[in-house]
Amino acid sequence: MSTDTDIDTLVSREYAAGFTTSVESDTLPPGLDEDVIRFISSRKNEPEWLLEWRLAAYHRWLEMTPPEWAHIHHPPIDFNTVSYFSAPKSMADRPQSIDEVDPELLRTYEKLGIPLHEQAALAGVAVDAVFDSVSIGTTFRGKLKEAGVIFCSISEAVHEYPELIKEYLGSVVPQGDNFYAALNSAVFSDGSFVYIPKGVKCPMELSTYFRINEAKTGQFERTLIVAEEGSQVSYLEGCTAPMRDENQLHAAVVELVARKDAKIKYSTVQNWYPGDEQGRGGIYNFVTKRGVAHENAHISWTQVETGSAITWKYPSVILRGDNSVGEFYSVALTRGRQQADTGTKMIHLGKNTKSTIISKGISAGRSQNAYRGLVRISPRAEGARNFTQCDSLLIGDQCGAHTFPYIESRNPSATLEHEATTSKVSDDQLFLCRQRGIDTEKAVSMIVNGFCKEVFKELPMEFAVEAGKLLEVSLEGSVG
Amino acid sequence: MLEVRNLHASVDGKDILKGLTLTVKPGEVHAIMGPNGSGKSTLSNVLAGRPGYQITAGDVLYEGKPLAEMETEERARAGIFLAFQYPVEIPGVSNMEFLKASLEAVRSAQGKEPLDAVTLLRRAREACQHVNLDQQFLKRGVNEGFSGGEKKRNEIMQMMLLEPKLALLDETDSGLDIDALQVVAKGVNALRSPERAIVLVTHYQRLLDYIVPDHVHVLADGKIIKSGGKELALELEQKGYGWLTGEEESA
Repeated sequence: MSTDTDIDTLVSREYAAGFTTSVESDTLPPGLDEDVIRFISSRKNEPEWLLEWRLAAYHRWLEMTPPEWAHIHHPPIDFNTVSYFSAPKSMADRPQSIDEVDPELLRTYEKLGIPLHEQAALAGVAVDAVFDSVSIGTTFRGKLKEAGVIFCSISEAVHEYPELIKEYLGSVVPQGDNFYAALNSAVFSDGSFVYIPKGVKCPMELSTYFRINEAKTGQFERTLIVAEEGSQVSYLEGCTAPMRDENQLHAAVVELVARKDAKIKYSTVQNWYPGDEQGRGGIYNFVTKRGVAHENAHISWTQVETGSAITWKYPSVILRGDNSVGEFYSVALTRGRQQADTGTKMIHLGKNTKSTIISKGISAGRSQNAYRGLVRISPRAEGARNFTQCDSLLIGDQCGAHTFPYIESRNPSATLEHEATTSKVSDDQLFLCRQRGIDTEKAVSMIVNGFCKEVFKELPMEFAVEAGKLLEVSLEGSVG
Repeated sequence: MLEVRNLHASVDGKDILKGLTLTVKPGEVHAIMGPNGSGKSTLSNVLAGRPGYQITAGDVLYEGKPLAEMETEERARAGIFLAFQYPVEIPGVSNMEFLKASLEAVRSAQGKEPLDAVTLLRRAREACQHVNLDQQFLKRGVNEGFSGGEKKRNEIMQMMLLEPKLALLDETDSGLDIDALQVVAKGVNALRSPERAIVLVTHYQRLLDYIVPDHVHVLADGKIIKSGGKELALELEQKGYGWLTGEEESA
C-alpha cells in the first residue's frame, strides 16, 4: 500500500456545499460599462454621490491592470463575460422581515447549516446572509439595536445611515487601491455594515454568510465595520458556492476601523467551491481586507481558507495609533489544483505598536500554497515589534509550499522575529498512528489539526469546532 | 498465538529475513537477540505491518489468521502492539488526544464502548505513574520535545493502557540509563499475564536481567540460529555473537 495513492484518495473529496438553488432571479447580461454601474446604483436606489463614487472607481479601474506578482497562474480573466448583478426576483420588493423571504432561499441557508429564523439561529450569533448580490436578511436586529449596535446590509445602511457610510466607505481601502478593489468599488452589490458605538461591547457574535448561486455571476461584496472608542466586536464570515464548470469571480473588500481602545476580531471560514480534480471550475477569490487601528486599538484577523480555485488575499492592519496591536492567524489548505497566495501586511506607524503573524499552510494533491507577508516599520514607529511564524505542511510529493516574507524596517529600535518551518506528514507519523489502531484518514486529520492548533484557538469556540470539521472533510480521501 | 514459518521478508527490495521460524504462545516472553543488521527490527516491523516491509515467502499466523491479509491498523486493533525503537513526534496533537483516538479505535473493533472521559483520564494517569511519567506529559504533543528515555516510557505507558495481546518491544532498552531501564522493565513485568505474549527485541543482555524471558533466540543473517532458555542470553553476554555466527565481533 503506497502512501502516495493513499494521499491521492484523501485529497479527492466531494464538495459538500455544491448544490444550486432554483430561484428565479434578475441577472444582468455579462459585461461591464457605465450603464451597468448606473443600473446597479439605480436598482439600489442609491444617492447621487454614491453613483459618482462608483463611476470614479470604474474610471480608475479602466486604467489599471491586474496584478501579476502573485504565485498563481490562470488564463486572463475576461471581465466582460461576468455578470455584475444578480438578485433573486422575489427580492425586488424587499421583504420587511425574514418571514417574508422566499422559503426556497431560506432552505438554501438551512442546507448550509445557517438557520436564518431567529428562534433557530445559533444561540448568541446574529447572521446576515448574502445570496448572489443581495443581502436577504439579518437576524437579531432588535436585540442588537437595544445595545445601540447597527448590523445590517450595506445597501440599507446607505439609506439609513448615509453619514456613516459617506465618512467611512473607502476610508481604509480607497477606490483605486488595487485592481480588484477598484472593480469592487465600481460594482459592489451588497455586504454587511456594522457600527459599534462608543464603549459598547457587542452582546453577541456577528456573522455573515455569502453564497454565490447564479452561473457566470461575480460576487462583489463590501463589508464595513466601525468600532468606536473603547468598543468591542467579534465578526465571522463564511462563504460557499455551488459546483460549476466555469470559474466564478469573487472580489470583495472589507474595511475595519478600530478607534482608540477598540477591539475588532474578524474571523473567516472560506469554503468557496475549489474546482474539480482537474482544476475545472471553482471560484477566483481576489479579496482586499484591511483595518486601521487607532491608539491602543486591537485588530485581529483569523482565517481558515479551504476553498476557491485561486485565493489572493492579504488581510492587513495599519497600526496608526501608538500602542496599537495587529494580529493575523491563518490556516490555508489547498488540494487538487488549488492555488493560494495569501498572507498579510502589518504597517507599523505608531509608537510601540505590536503585530503577530501566525500562518499555517497545508498543501496536498497538486496544489500550490504561498505565504506572502509584509512587515513595514515606519521611521516614527519607535519600539515597534513583530513576531512572524510561517509553517508549511506538505501532504504527498506533488504539491508546493512557498514563503515570501518582506520586511522593511526604517526604525532601528524595532524588534522583528521571523520563524519558518516546512514539514511533511511523514510515513513514520502515519505508521505510529496506524500501529495504535487509528486509520490513515483519521491520522492525517489529527496531524493536520495538531499543526493548526495555534490558529484554531483564536477562533470563536463554535467556529473552532466547525473549522476542525471542515478541515477533516476537505482532507477526506487525500489519504486512505 | 503467533506462528512464524519460514518467513522471508524484504525492505525496499532488499532481502533481510531469510527463513525465520518462531512460535510464541500466550503467557510467554521471548527475547530475540542478535548482532546489528541481523534482522531483529525488521521482524518486529514486519509483524506490525510497517509499509515498505514485504513478506516475500513463508507464513505468519496470528491467532490462526494470516497476518499478511490484515492492514496495519487491523493488526493493532486485534491486539498487536509495537513499542517503537525511535518513537516519532506529532506536534500539536496531545498525548491524551492521541490515546483517546487509539483506545476508541481499538475498543470499537472489539465491540466495546469508548471509555468515558473520567475513566480514561484516571487510567491514563495510572499508566503514567507506572512508568514514572509526570501527568503533564498527557497534555504535551505526542513525543514532542521528549527526551529519548521519556519517549520510551511514553511507549510503555501507551502499552499499559491498550493492554495488547501480543507486545513487541523493539530495542526498548537502547539509550536508556539503568534507572529508566528498571522503570520500563517494571511496566513490562506488570503486563505479564497468562493471556499475553511479549517479544523483546534487543541487542544487549542487560534488559533481560529485569525482564526474565522464557525463551531466547539468536538471530543472524535473517534466521534464528540458536534457541534456548534464559541462560542462553548470559552465555551470549560472555562470549559475544561471534561465538555463534563465526564472525569476529566486539561486544
